[in-house]
Amino acid sequence: MPRRTDISSVLVIGSGPIVIGQACEFDYSGTQACRVLRDEGLRVVLVNSNPATIMTDPEFADATYVEPITPEYVEKVIAAERPDALLATLGGQTALNAAVALHESGVLAKYGVELIGASIEAIQRGENRESFKRIVEELGAEVAQSRICHTLAECLAAAEELRYPVVVRPSFTMGGAGSGMAYDADDLHRIAGAGLAASPTTEVLLEESILGWKEYELEVMRDRADNVVIVCSIENVDPMGVHTGDSVTVAPAMTLTDREYQHMRDIAIGVIRAVGVDTGGCNIQFAVDPRDGRMIVIEMNPRVSRSSALASKATGFPIAKIAAKVALGYTLDEIPNDITSAGDYGTPASFEPTLDYVVVKVPRFAFEKFPHADPTLTTHMKSVGEAMAIGRNFTEALQKALRSIEKRAAILSWVGAPRDKDELLALIRTPHDGRLGVVVEAIRAGATVEELYAASGIDPWFLDQLVLLDEIATDLAEAPQLAPDLVRRAKRHGFADAQIGAIRGMREDVVRGVRWALGIRPVFKTVDTCAAEFAAKTPYHYSSYDEESEVAGRDKPAVIILGSGPNRIGQGIEFDYSCVHAALALADCPDNDGAGYETVMVNCNPETVSTDYDTSDRLYFEPLTLEDVLEVVHAEQQAGPVAGVVCQLGGQTPLGLAQGLEDEGVRIVGTTPEAIHLAEERGAFGRVLADAGLPAPKHGTATSFAEAKAIADEIGFPVLVRPSYVLGGRGMEIVYDDKALESYIARATAISPEHPVLVDRFLDDAVEIDVDALYDGEELFLGGVMEHIEEAGIHSGDSACALPPITLGREEIDRIRVSTEGIAHGVGVRGLLNVQYALAGDVLYVLEANPRASRTVPFVSKATATPLAKAAARVMLGATIADLRAEGLLPATGDGGHLPPTAPIAVKEAVMPFNRFRTPDGRTVDTLLGPEMRSTGEVMGIDAGFGVAFAKSQAGAYGGALPTKGRVFVSVANRDKRHMIFPVKRLADLGFEILATEGTAAVLRRNGVVATVVRKATQGPGPAGEPTIVQRIIDGEVDLIVNTPRGTTSGGSPRIDGYEIRTAAIMGSIACITTVQGLAAAVQGIEALRAGEIGVRSLQDWARALREDQ
Amino acid sequence: MTAYAGEGGRQSRTTGPPALLVLEDGRVFRGHAYGAEGETFGEAVFATGMTGYQETLTDPSYHRQVVIQTAPHIGNTGVNDDDPESRRIWVAGYVVRDPARVPSSWRSRGSLADALAADGVVGIAGVDTRALTRHLRERGAMRVGISSVEGDPRALLARVLGAPTMKGAALVDEVTTPEPYVVPAQGGKRFTVAAVDLGIKAMTPHRMAERGIEVHVLPSTSTLDDVLAVEPDGVFMSNGPGDPEPLEHAVGVLRGVLAAGRPFFGICLGNQVFGRALGFGTYKLPFGHRGINQPVQDRTTGKVEVTAHNHGFAVDAPADRPTETAYGTATVSHVCLNDRVVEGLELRDGKDALTAFSVQYHPEAAAGPHDAAYLFDRFTDLMATRGSTR
Ligand SMILES: Nc1ncnc2c1ncn2[C@@H]1O[C@H](COP(=O)(O)OP(=O)(O)O)[C@@H](O)[C@H]1O
Ligand SMILES: Nc1ncnc2c1ncn2[C@@H]1O[C@H](COP(=O)(O)OP(=O)(O)O)[C@@H](O)[C@H]1O
Ligand SMILES: [Mg+2]
Ligand SMILES: [Mg+2]
Repeated sequence: MPRRTDISSVLVIGSGPIVIGQACEFDYSGTQACRVLRDEGLRVVLVNSNPATIMTDPEFADATYVEPITPEYVEKVIAAERPDALLATLGGQTALNAAVALHESGVLAKYGVELIGASIEAIQRGENRESFKRIVEELGAEVAQSRICHTLAECLAAAEELRYPVVVRPSFTMGGAGSGMAYDADDLHRIAGAGLAASPTTEVLLEESILGWKEYELEVMRDRADNVVIVCSIENVDPMGVHTGDSVTVAPAMTLTDREYQHMRDIAIGVIRAVGVDTGGCNIQFAVDPRDGRMIVIEMNPRVSRSSALASKATGFPIAKIAAKVALGYTLDEIPNDITSAGDYGTPASFEPTLDYVVVKVPRFAFEKFPHADPTLTTHMKSVGEAMAIGRNFTEALQKALRSIEKRAAILSWVGAPRDKDELLALIRTPHDGRLGVVVEAIRAGATVEELYAASGIDPWFLDQLVLLDEIATDLAEAPQLAPDLVRRAKRHGFADAQIGAIRGMREDVVRGVRWALGIRPVFKTVDTCAAEFAAKTPYHYSSYDEESEVAGRDKPAVIILGSGPNRIGQGIEFDYSCVHAALALADCPDNDGAGYETVMVNCNPETVSTDYDTSDRLYFEPLTLEDVLEVVHAEQQAGPVAGVVCQLGGQTPLGLAQGLEDEGVRIVGTTPEAIHLAEERGAFGRVLADAGLPAPKHGTATSFAEAKAIADEIGFPVLVRPSYVLGGRGMEIVYDDKALESYIARATAISPEHPVLVDRFLDDAVEIDVDALYDGEELFLGGVMEHIEEAGIHSGDSACALPPITLGREEIDRIRVSTEGIAHGVGVRGLLNVQYALAGDVLYVLEANPRASRTVPFVSKATATPLAKAAARVMLGATIADLRAEGLLPATGDGGHLPPTAPIAVKEAVMPFNRFRTPDGRTVDTLLGPEMRSTGEVMGIDAGFGVAFAKSQAGAYGGALPTKGRVFVSVANRDKRHMIFPVKRLADLGFEILATEGTAAVLRRNGVVATVVRKATQGPGPAGEPTIVQRIIDGEVDLIVNTPRGTTSGGSPRIDGYEIRTAAIMGSIACITTVQGLAAAVQGIEALRAGEIGVRSLQDWARALREDQ
Repeated sequence: MTAYAGEGGRQSRTTGPPALLVLEDGRVFRGHAYGAEGETFGEAVFATGMTGYQETLTDPSYHRQVVIQTAPHIGNTGVNDDDPESRRIWVAGYVVRDPARVPSSWRSRGSLADALAADGVVGIAGVDTRALTRHLRERGAMRVGISSVEGDPRALLARVLGAPTMKGAALVDEVTTPEPYVVPAQGGKRFTVAAVDLGIKAMTPHRMAERGIEVHVLPSTSTLDDVLAVEPDGVFMSNGPGDPEPLEHAVGVLRGVLAAGRPFFGICLGNQVFGRALGFGTYKLPFGHRGINQPVQDRTTGKVEVTAHNHGFAVDAPADRPTETAYGTATVSHVCLNDRVVEGLELRDGKDALTAFSVQYHPEAAAGPHDAAYLFDRFTDLMATRGSTR
């Protein structure tokens, strides 16, 4: 069947901000979908509030709406664009839920928009646990025993029947939000309570526990002619009980015979048919009892999922792309398999990929940023990202994946004496980050596979693979010298030079020297979907210690772009955006002798667009370590000329590799490693600032408490302390006295011993300003000047900001320009530079300069309609800003510092993951913002004025947007009382009822604002049973909360005062403002909302207007 | 060959003495002995299934072939008593990359390495199986030798060149059952089928028995009279090893069956014999189809089946038009979408009613997906209708 001709425009809904459980895998899928739809000549309309995504680049859709993904806003877009169809299966649960809401509110019917991909009925059949259960049972397959409950009482009764532990799962949520394992009635109260709140349909499912069973996933694809293929099987190394998103997983399944696999396949196909996903991909999860093979269907997601991204990268079968095509009516046999369709005949997509390698995915967690969160892994997803690795066997893939995670602790280690065996076995019993490392330690302590299996439930086959690694490590340790056979064997099983060095007490580079001298280097194989049965045309490579390499020769010079590795807090999709843009920009630009470049991408994050095989000319799916990158560079040097390596777009990861690469004679394009050092090393940077005559907060570096105290005494408290060389404010705290300082030094030095602690004078009440600029050695192009809403002291990644700056005058912007130019020149930047300033009093302090792409590059690019990352890539390879202005890549005149008065205001708001974490006793972790970054994602609100833009950013960021009427609760720290009066008065004037705690209420009263006094949590209910404010919030009586912290803000440690209030707000997802600056902005937003109808406008429209005025 | 050629073995010599693999064009791979030690020769073919090694090893169609598994980890689930497709392992030799050290499966009864040794199957592990597969893909299936007793590649190559080729090899009589036997129908007998064993897999009569068929499995040497003696409602010819060209006897028997108007169903080699009986030619594919992920299109419905394949030869029939034969009108019913190879034949009588059909692939699917199981129903339907019309 050829594609449908009755559809000419399609609305694609993205997945919004990056949150735990829904990350950039949906940028990958949405971007692929947009590409396909455009290639088919359809008009593509996109809605996604996330500015960091590639899909929201104006070039990927005809009309790109960076607007909140709420039924109200999406309806505005539909009304404006009148699309024929809506594709909602590629934007995660957010898009799916939005589609369901639009259907139920009758909007789809009203505007005659057809839902393509999965029908509403299918979505409901698949996601509603009860109907799903029926379907599975009708297929003669099993589901876990379960009871549907709508109230706590029902839950308690059901749990008695099913017997504890029971799994609590809400319907229609993703990433296990609100789900959990209840071992007794108390757990149940806690989890089910949250679960009932988390599920839009307020029903939860209590389920018999099948903890410890083997867990599998199948990725299924169906077309409208009912052809079905299984794209990939995935086996979880961590058995049932650990969310797949948090498990170490392997593709293909390793421990199934063909009989069991085919049985699973039959059920999967039966399910997708019965649920009625007419076209597209879906993901089905299974549990298998290791004792007798009894098989249970856990769930299905009638949409492209996180696992689909993994499966696409693992097999080379582009699930999202194919899903989009079949949604348009193509059948699988009509769609060519890109990878193998070079040869004399093309092979179609209607086949099942077969792998001749092993893929391992390892999750990346961020518990260090939430010290009070319970790190136990459970049915509720907690990881913030993942890395994938490919090897020719499990051990090779596993060790590559573990080093891809970029956490020293993740890498298996044989150094030092193991702890006591029984202690280790006890640790293994509870799933946690790094459990495999503990298993290895237990093996060293003498634990047997049987003991390990009993403790962990990890399949003995996997455990034996770890035993194998231990045997090799032992040989490495005992061998008189590094014999060739031994090195080959170790490399073949994934040991890094650094690991071998650690085991033998040698330096990594020495091991590498020996290895190279022995001629032991990896070869590069190809991911080809067919185990080499057919010739592959797509150079999608991975390294392995095997015989034959498949890297083809090249004439054009190659530019190697280093990606940013696994998503983590502080380094996420924003950096993938910049890397992808570099690839796009360099693909179609002439090099010095006009031939053009071949782009080579190196990255290990399966969720990203950069790891799509068609983003660059060549893709190497490899860890971003010096060793692995050096081998890629070597292979490419064998293949042809290499123009250089791009290290400044992938964030801190590649930046950290620049020096090492250069030391090995590799050319780094753009800002040199020496220049990078000037910006990153405190002393050196201090001199750069001094030369440029720019002020920085007084500071010093200390390696002991005594030194730190001396510095603090000199520059005065409060001081800001942190380890050097960090991204995302790791381990950064504001300390107000000696005691706090002492305890910090005690903890901080443990974070990274080889680097000293930096002590800065903390600037109070300073306005923070973020700048992204381009510098070519001559000219500075100010990309954008962002004014933070929150004061300095709240990490730039966590604070909202506005572009153009709302309160800065021309004169200040000019000072910023001059300062930035001074830094760019002094450091020797070629490419992108990010500077953070704090404006205190009238002094413009320089907080830091990052000689690389920053988190805000995509936001700035979209807000100003200027492709900064593309321009940066070109500058790195020798183009001047003047050239790029002439070419039209950059505006002919002016820049982001001089935007026309008609330019729209863009507001970026950070999205925090607090609601995903619980303390071990089940309470939400505190929500206070501080100098340590803890947001996972961001949204953008764009409009003509600040108020509306801010309101949109809030609507996009939180379930509960800004209220336009109702009750406001105000409780602020003394230092904030003066600043709070005016905005609160305004809210009162707007008709809000004001609730306040005593102190705050008194101040308000004296300023003529009537405020009802409410009881603090600490006061408890009143004599006549008057509820505390916490109770009233829980009872949903409050619409907006203003609560600024008293005293210090230190690394998220909860202070009971206010904590209860903020966590209650989180539970009820009620807008909660924790800074006075935020309050002022919110008031403007609320005023704008009340001023009437808010419009939507596409980025393309804004850009057109902007260009006309420039 | 690359700089590291020949060093693959030493990279992972975790078990067994060094072993050599030499292809007839002289390419050498090194590894270590796996399964039985010794020396073996055969036709090198690669199989791309990620599951089902035990079914593969015991499939008689692999007789005289050295199988290279493209999936790197082999033996993870050990061996069990339910999965074998015949009474023994048939492959002439076995090539893998990373054999399992311990099997893990609730059904496992022992390790694959031991099972190979017990049946005297010489194997080699630690080989760059992908390089070997790419070599065969480019240069075609060819003879190979594996040895853990010969250290000199040149000496082994000489013996490889002395080994018989697959072209023209009549191997059926070496694998067929010595004596007839009956697989009883499950739950009420509906039909009797005479199944000529050219190298039959256990799952095939099982799939029939599930559908109420009593299956009389007959040696390949059986005559037309032997076949008709069981008064079959339908006749079946199985998969099997070697070149269909020399199988005049089977072709003769089948022509007799068709002349007698008995419903016929053939699988794999049975499809090739059917093709020859209808007057079509057969030819050797460059490197064959061996995997469980092959897209086959049913040309009548347009539906695509993901199917299990194991064939080095194929039928040469015109896919674009029907062909008139002495027994009726023959058409190509199925094609492989990867390379358009004929994957199924259909024979219809003057009233355009189906009388006989066959497929080149494996609807019994052991190992493999069950998408094509409907063909067994088609066979029972055929017998039902023909039975009533007779
Ligand atoms: N009945 C159960 N017993 C034990 N663990 C379970 C059970 N059901 C699910 N789990 C675990 O919880 C995880 C999340 O459950 P799932 O149904 O996949 O929810 P989600 O929609 O969040 O993916 C699964 O990956 C599995 O490890
Ligand atoms: N001297 C200072 N006074 C006040 N706030 C500061 C000071 N230095 C840093 N900050 C705050 O800490 C945050 C993180 O510091 P920064 O140097 O940007 O580290 P990172 O490398 O994590 O971005 C900044 O965004 C700013 O809000
Ligand atoms: Mg799941
Ligand atoms: Mg910063």
